[in-house]
Parts: sequence; C-alpha cells; structure tokens
Amino acid sequence: MSELAGYKGSSLVLLKKSGVSIGDQIEITTPKMKYNGILMPRYEYADDLHIVIKLPNGYNVGVDVGSVHSIKRVSEGIKPHFAPPLTPPINPKLPRVSIVSTGGTIASRVDYRSGAVHPALSASELYSVVPELSHYALIDAEVLFSIYSENMKAEYWSAIASKVAEKVRDGYQGIVITHGTDTMGYTSAALSFALANVPVPVVLVGSQRSSDRPSSDAASNLIGAVIVACKAPFSGVYVVMHSDMSDDSLAVHLGTKVRKNHTSRRDAFESVNTAPVAYIKGKEIEKIKPNLPPRREDKEFVLKPNFDTRVALLKFYPSFDPEIIGYLVDKGYRGIVLEGTGLGHVGSYCYGRLKEATDRGLIVAMTSQCIWGRVRMTVYDTGRDLLNIGIIPLDDMPSETALVKMMWALGNADGIEEAKELMIRNLVGETNYRSDIERRPI
Amino acid sequence: MIDYRKMGLKVGLEIHQQLSTKHKLFCQCERFQSDEFDTHFDRRLRPTQSELGVIDPAAMFEFKKGKIIKYHANRESSCLVEADEEPPHDLNMEAAESALIVAMALKASIVDELHTMRKIVIDGSNTTGFQRTIIVALGGFLKTKDRETPVQTICLEEDAARLAADHENYREYCLDRLCVPLVEIALSPVEGPPEEIQDIALSLGRLLRATRRVARGLGTIRQDINVSIRGGRVVEVKGIQKLDLISKVVEFEATRQSGLMEIKSELEKRGAKAEGVGLPLDVTKVFEETECELVKKAIERGGIVVAVRLKNFSGLLGYEPYPDIRLGREMAEIVRFYGLGGIFHSDELPGYGITIKEMKSVKRSLEMSDVDAFVLLAGPKDSIFDAAMAIVERARDAIQGVPYETRGPTPDGKTRFIRPRPGPARMYPETDIPPIPITEELLSRLKKEVPKPWEAQIEEYSSRYGLSRKLALQVFDSEYSELFEEMALKTKVQPSLIAATLTETLVGLSRAGLRIDRLDGKDLGELFISLDKGRISKEAIPQILEVILREGVELEDAIKKTGIVTISEEELFQIVERIVKENRNLIKEKGGRAFSILMGRIMKIVRGSVDGAKVGLVLKKRIENEMKE
Repeated sequence: MSELAGYKGSSLVLLKKSGVSIGDQIEITTPKMKYNGILMPRYEYADDLHIVIKLPNGYNVGVDVGSVHSIKRVSEGIKPHFAPPLTPPINPKLPRVSIVSTGGTIASRVDYRSGAVHPALSASELYSVVPELSHYALIDAEVLFSIYSENMKAEYWSAIASKVAEKVRDGYQGIVITHGTDTMGYTSAALSFALANVPVPVVLVGSQRSSDRPSSDAASNLIGAVIVACKAPFSGVYVVMHSDMSDDSLAVHLGTKVRKNHTSRRDAFESVNTAPVAYIKGKEIEKIKPNLPPRREDKEFVLKPNFDTRVALLKFYPSFDPEIIGYLVDKGYRGIVLEGTGLGHVGSYCYGRLKEATDRGLIVAMTSQCIWGRVRMTVYDTGRDLLNIGIIPLDDMPSETALVKMMWALGNADGIEEAKELMIRNLVGETNYRSDIERRPI
Repeated sequence: MIDYRKMGLKVGLEIHQQLSTKHKLFCQCERFQSDEFDTHFDRRLRPTQSELGVIDPAAMFEFKKGKIIKYHANRESSCLVEADEEPPHDLNMEAAESALIVAMALKASIVDELHTMRKIVIDGSNTTGFQRTIIVALGGFLKTKDRETPVQTICLEEDAARLAADHENYREYCLDRLCVPLVEIALSPVEGPPEEIQDIALSLGRLLRATRRVARGLGTIRQDINVSIRGGRVVEVKGIQKLDLISKVVEFEATRQSGLMEIKSELEKRGAKAEGVGLPLDVTKVFEETECELVKKAIERGGIVVAVRLKNFSGLLGYEPYPDIRLGREMAEIVRFYGLGGIFHSDELPGYGITIKEMKSVKRSLEMSDVDAFVLLAGPKDSIFDAAMAIVERARDAIQGVPYETRGPTPDGKTRFIRPRPGPARMYPETDIPPIPITEELLSRLKKEVPKPWEAQIEEYSSRYGLSRKLALQVFDSEYSELFEEMALKTKVQPSLIAATLTETLVGLSRAGLRIDRLDGKDLGELFISLDKGRISKEAIPQILEVILREGVELEDAIKKTGIVTISEEELFQIVERIVKENRNLIKEKGGRAFSILMGRIMKIVRGSVDGAKVGLVLKKRIENEMKE
C-alpha cells in the first residue's frame, strides 16, 4: 500500500507537499476550522478535492483541498495492527477439518486503510474470531486463492478440485471451501462432477454480509459448514448457507441443485426443484435425506478435474439473434446450453442455425429459464422440432449446472458421443426424475 | 444541599431529535409506528475490529453476554434494509438538508464532505450491529437567557430499534423506529446548577422545533447527558426521554460521583494500588458443605465459587457516603449483566448463610489481612470468570475514583450501570455509502430556510394571533404548531380557541386516559373547518374528540354520532319563542332576572348545537320584547 493510498490529483499534490502520510496525526487549518486528527486513506473512486481526516471522537470528515491554509504533521500515528483475541484451548482428539479459502469475505478481515480484504486467516486467527469452532474440529487453514467470485474461472475449479483431492488423501474428515457467493453455485456444481464419489463431505460456504460487520452471517455459516464437514454421515459436495433470515437456521444444499436466487438476502441460496439434503439447527444436523452417499473410510475415488471452456450458456429472448449461434459455431465452440422459454423452446427462426450447430458436431442441450420445473419438449410443435434437430432436453437440471456439466463432460469424455451420453445420465444428483408436489419442498 | 460549583460539576447535553422526513435515512420506508408485527427473525452479533485494529470494550462486553436477539418487523415500516438483508440505499437528502439547516441555526461550521460512519453497537438495537452516523458540522453555539453554550458536534444518524423486552437469554426489539433520521447535537460540558442544564435542553428543543423539520410527540426527542465532577471521569447517561428528569439525574449523578470520590480518597490514604486487586480464584472447595442457599444451588447446577481479593478495601464496600451509594452495590449491578444475581462481599459477612469459618477459609486462600476485603461470586463456569474480571476492573477503577461508563436513567431519576463507555475504536467507515460533498449551491439555497429564532416565533404567536405567552409557548411546544398556523390562517375560528383545543383540550383527554396520539392532523384540521362552516359549535369539540378516541370512528361519524349538527337561526328562534311562551308568568314575576333560568332551560336543549353567546343574545332580546308587551 502506498503512503497516500487513494489520493490523486490536487489532493495528492497537497499532501505530498505537506510531507504527511496516512496514519499520521495532523492538523489542518482552513478559514473556518482547525481540524486535528489522523490522516485517513481516500476511497479510490472518490474525487481528488477532499482530504479525509479521523477526528479524536472517531468520526471521519472530508476537508476541501481548496480551503486548506496549512497541513502540519503533529506526530506519527499509531500503525493499525490486527490483534486477535486469545485462542481458546483445543481438544486434540477432535476430528480434523481442512478449511481452504478461495476468496469472498467469509474468512477475511478488512483493512480500512486500504479498503483491501485480507483473506489470510490462519487457523489460530479463525479460532479467535469464531471461538465456537474449537468445540467441533481441529482446523487446518490454507489460502488457495484470494479472488472475488466473479473472477472465478474453470481453471480455478480444477485447482480447487485437485487441492480437495490432496486433502482427502491427507486424511481430513471433511473439507470446507470458503467462496464468494456470486458464483459459488457454479463452483459447487463443478466440484460435484470433478470429485464424484469423494469419500468425505466437501462443503462450500460463503457469506452474504461481509465479515467486517457484527451482523455478518460469516461466523454462523462457517460453524455450520465445519459441523457438516466433521459430523455429517454423508459424503459429496454441498453448500451450507442460511435457510431463512435467522442466524440459527442453516440449510445443506446438494452441490448440483443449488442456486443464488437473491442479490442480498442471507437465505439467497436455494435448492432448486428439490429439498435441501439436510438442515442445521444449533449444533445438530437434522432432517437428513435418505439415500445420500455415505461417508466412507476408504480414500478410493477418481479425480476428473478437466473442463473444456468452449461451451456457452445462451438465454433465449424475443428477437434473439440466431447469428449468435452461428458465431459460436464459427469460433469452434463444442457445446451450447440453451436456456429456453417455458417447457424448453426457442423461436423457430433459430432452427437453421441450431441445425448447423448439431450437424457440425456441437452438443446442444436445453434447460428452462423458468428456473423451477422440468423441460418437456414433446408437448408443443416447437419442442418436437427441436428434438428432431438434435437438441438434448436436460429435464429439471439448473441451467448453470448444465453449463458446468457440459464443460466437464467435454473435458473428460472420449469423444462427443460419450459426452452426450454423460449429459443425459444422472451422475451426482443433478437430475431428478420425479418432481415433488411442493414448489419449495423442505 | 450540595455545592455543585465546589465539586466542579460539568454537564454536557446530547440531544437526539427525530426528523420529520418522508422516508427513513437509507431506504424508502415511511416513518410509521405500529404494534403489529408480521415478520420475526433471530440474530447474534459479534464484535469486529475497528479500522485501527482495536476491538471496542463495550462491544466485547455485549458479546460476552451471549444473548440471542429476536426482531419483530412490520412490513409497512420496515424493508430488507432494516432487516440488514439489503445494502443501504442512497442517503436521504431531505434529512441531510434538515441537519444542515439545524447546523446553520446554531452557527456551526459545516464540514466540506459527509462521511458515513459505522458506530459499533452490538446490544441488538441495530440489526447491522452498528449505527450509521455522519458528522455534519462542528462548533457553533446555543444562545439562552444568560449564556452561550458551545456546540461540539452536529451529526445526522439513524435511530435505533425499539427495545420490547429483555430476558435472561434473549432480547426483543421492534424495527419500526430503526433507521428513522435523527439529528444529534452534542453541547460542550458546562458548569451550572441542574435546573440551568434543563433550561438549555428546553431551548435547544425549541430551536429544533422552530425549523419545522422535526418530528413531534413522545419518544421523538431523547437526551443523553455526560456528567463529571472534578477529578473524576465522564459518565454518560443515555436515553432520558422526559425533560424534567434531567435535573434529577444530574443531581443523582453528582451525588454518586462525589461518593465515589470520597471512597477514592480513603483508598488513597490507605495506599491502595491496582496491583492489590487480585485475580479471581476458584474457592468452590471451601463451600462444599455450605448452608448458603444461593451458593449451594449454584454448585449443585455445576457452577463454581470465585473470590477476588481487594487489598486495603475493608469496610469500603459497604460504606455509604450518601444514601444508597455503595461500592458493593455498584459491583452487584455489573455482575447482573453476566447473568448473576449479585455478589457477596466481606463487609456484609458473615450472613446469608455464609459462616465465619467459611470466611476464614476464603481469607486464608486469598492470603488476606484485616485491612483487606473480598468479593465472592457463584455461578456457571463459562460466565463467572468474565464477571469476576469485571469486578477486578471495577475495584481498580475505584482507586481512580469515577469510572468511565455508560449508565441509564431509572424512572425516578437515578441511574444504573449499562456498560463500559465505548471509545473511538467503535467507529469505522460505512463502505457502502460514498462520501457526499457539500456544495456552496446547496448551502446558499438552505440559508433561506434557516428559521427565525424561536423567541421571535413565540412573539409572533402573541402579536399576530393574540395568544397569551403561556398559550403561545404551549402550542409551539406541542405536536401541532404547524396545524395551528394553518388553521388560524385558513379559517375564521378564533386562534386562541384553536390553540387551546390543540393543547389544553387534548391534554385533558389524555389525562382521562385516551390515546391522543391516535388523532391524525387531518381530522383535527377538518374539525376546525367544520366549526368555521358552522356545522358544529365550539362547545361540541371536546365531545366529538372524545367519541373519535373512544370509539375509533372517523370525524364525520363522530359528528353524526354526537348528533351535534348546528341548528339554524330560525330553529333557534322557534325554540326561544316556545320557552318564553311557556314561561310568561315567570318573566312577569322576575323580569330580567328570569334570563338565567330560561337560558339554562334552552341550553339544555341546544347545547353543542349552537354557540351559547348567541343563545344569550337572542333570548335577551326576546325577553326585553316580552317585557315591553
């Protein structure tokens, strides 16, 4: 971080000329006022006309650069330092859980001077910030990435999957992956396919309110994720987040059936077309669905971490330009997931380009933009026409999961036909062949 | 009588006044209070580190209590922002403008750029765990009769949620008040008798009301006071809702703090040192066979007994320099926050079933001498050490005199411990809201809206509307000053009648136990318009208001229900004619003196439907005619 982070233009010139740096105790004199306080960093997107000073009562104010008579450095300020509270004693007989962080604000702290998020929480820092963790597990923490989840890419999924495989071989009873929430559903789907048949629970967890707030959901979500990682009787890839607005109700979602359905609520993550596989109330895992793969002692499983990113997810809309399909075909794409309307339709004016795509050997599959419900392409002419063109209906699979699955299928299958076959077969619960009578079953 | 000047009493006032904006501070919800809640959720709050890397002591204290917080929301007055399920929207500029106008009225220096801060408060009163607050201006002064009180800061902030109930393991809050804009004015501490402090608060309240941008009614204005005496530290007393409690609270605090200073000087004489206060020691063993019910129960439940040695404190825990002021009592208040019922201390033992033998054992364990004292605590393992450490802190503070803490008022004007005083470490920037520059254009536009001083407005009420000073002040301080002005201009109803209705009549109804806060300004306005049109008489007003409040009906229905529609002049003539004819003999007999008897009879019939003065005029004329005949 620079000495004058965030300052630019006229404010930067003035501060440099005055020889002060961030954190210094300074005195600013203007015609109206004399301000005494600590020089604070400037938000990077803010203007260059103000200097931010923290007054002794803790408030920040902005001082107009144009009105400044003088800036005097009174003394060097106290440099901020992270002082975690004491770590609670930990029972060495507890199950071992590995926490791999990839970013997001869940296991991080904010440096207000630079505005930067520091994900580098060690196990001891985690224990001290969330002391309850010491009741459940012996934690080992590792920072794999430190990225916003919108910057996540398929290659990172591969790296996370390989890291998890390594941790499984090391004998951890469960693995927790902290993740930014925006694309956590995609990553959970990717890991579900890459780590099929994994013998322990792999739990993705995030927070909808950043951990720099007292009301953050980070701590309760993290505790829930650790409980699942060390105590759940089932294996596989899951997402643990709030199931409603309260901090004591969490849901465990299957990695291939979960979707972020709200921009900001704590309970943004929902299982789509299925019930959560379990809930967490207090310290207990409840209402566990039958027929989940059990936790196993053997470490036998095959890691398949490859993803072919020459796959696109296209949302159809009125006046959709079929040339977009043509473009993808020309660009050498190998697969397209269509997010069609209703039961799985696109306008008949797209037939030509779609036919061209399937003829050229692309896999083209259909999901629905309705989010809830199943694709049925035998009901209307359009659906039947599309089936004839070779579009593969994907039942009740979420379109994001379909995209990830197609990348994975093309990345791991031996040829297009095997990939097509993988798309249709239910591998890790991504397709249900029965629709619950409830819209949101519990 | 206490000599406040001699003890160096200083009081700083902090006024929190709700603003009457259309929306809340960071969302589009309307300000609206309700007792019906359709949404409920539970949360826990955790302390976080400030931007300087420090955890606030008050926040840590709240967290250690480990309470769950239950929130109750009404969907009309709260949205996802209040539920902390959505980031704040842009700052409500109507509220910012109100705060700037207040700052100008107090001649304060307005800052160049507004920075929204998060003030950490994790008792649950804010769903976020912080209160959003912005310094709008610094400096300035409040002019009152005999003095100018300097202003320290003027802030714009969001109001907190309303506490509904506090239980052992959880606390309940209602969200309707959360995020309502407040202007907070902190005055510099000043010397002076408690009554003068109260007068300053009253003047500040009036200055705020003069802007016509503030909410009226109970709970819309709250006072905090910072009280200190020479040699002691500042104690903050939070949330005084009634003005007349201020002087009592100041008096109590002054007394309490003097008492603590006396204890301090005695400790000083004895050479007490912070190191002399020992760390908590587990003495459960001593009480294995105890007869003390409280200790026995605590041990049976798996709890332990902890003792703290206080070197040189003997006799000072029970010492009462003023009635009810004791160090032992202060310590008991603190441990209650950790879920313990209280403490035992050596000055009150043996007693409560604790024997001399047990006392001696404790003393031995603590290696105590006769000038030392001890404090005993019994309770669950997980909270008792925190409680005991709070006692250690409190005892060390006693050597310093008055500790730096936050207290709350009791209904009778005393104070009780709430929490340690928060420091500047509890402030960090609200990164969701960008800084907002204050432009010269905005300021010059708002300059025109700075109100005349409230004294001038009172003068105007007297000169323009003919109100007595007392009535003028009453209506100005009431919720309805704007309605008063509107009606006085819009109707021909006598202004003093409007003012008296809006103050004395309503106060009377309130004293009769009716909820006058249920009246809406529109109904009251319509009432005066109906009077102006001659549809109702002024005598009928109290009765109509009573029907509205008692039966919860609309104004129109209340008028119909009371049956008070004014009668026409012709109808009045007819009634007077009939009564006069029926009483011809009486008039013959008594002449003009028959007037009051007949007046009474007529009024029995027409009361509420016609102005009594008018009846008098008609009757008088009619009797005169009768007598001429």
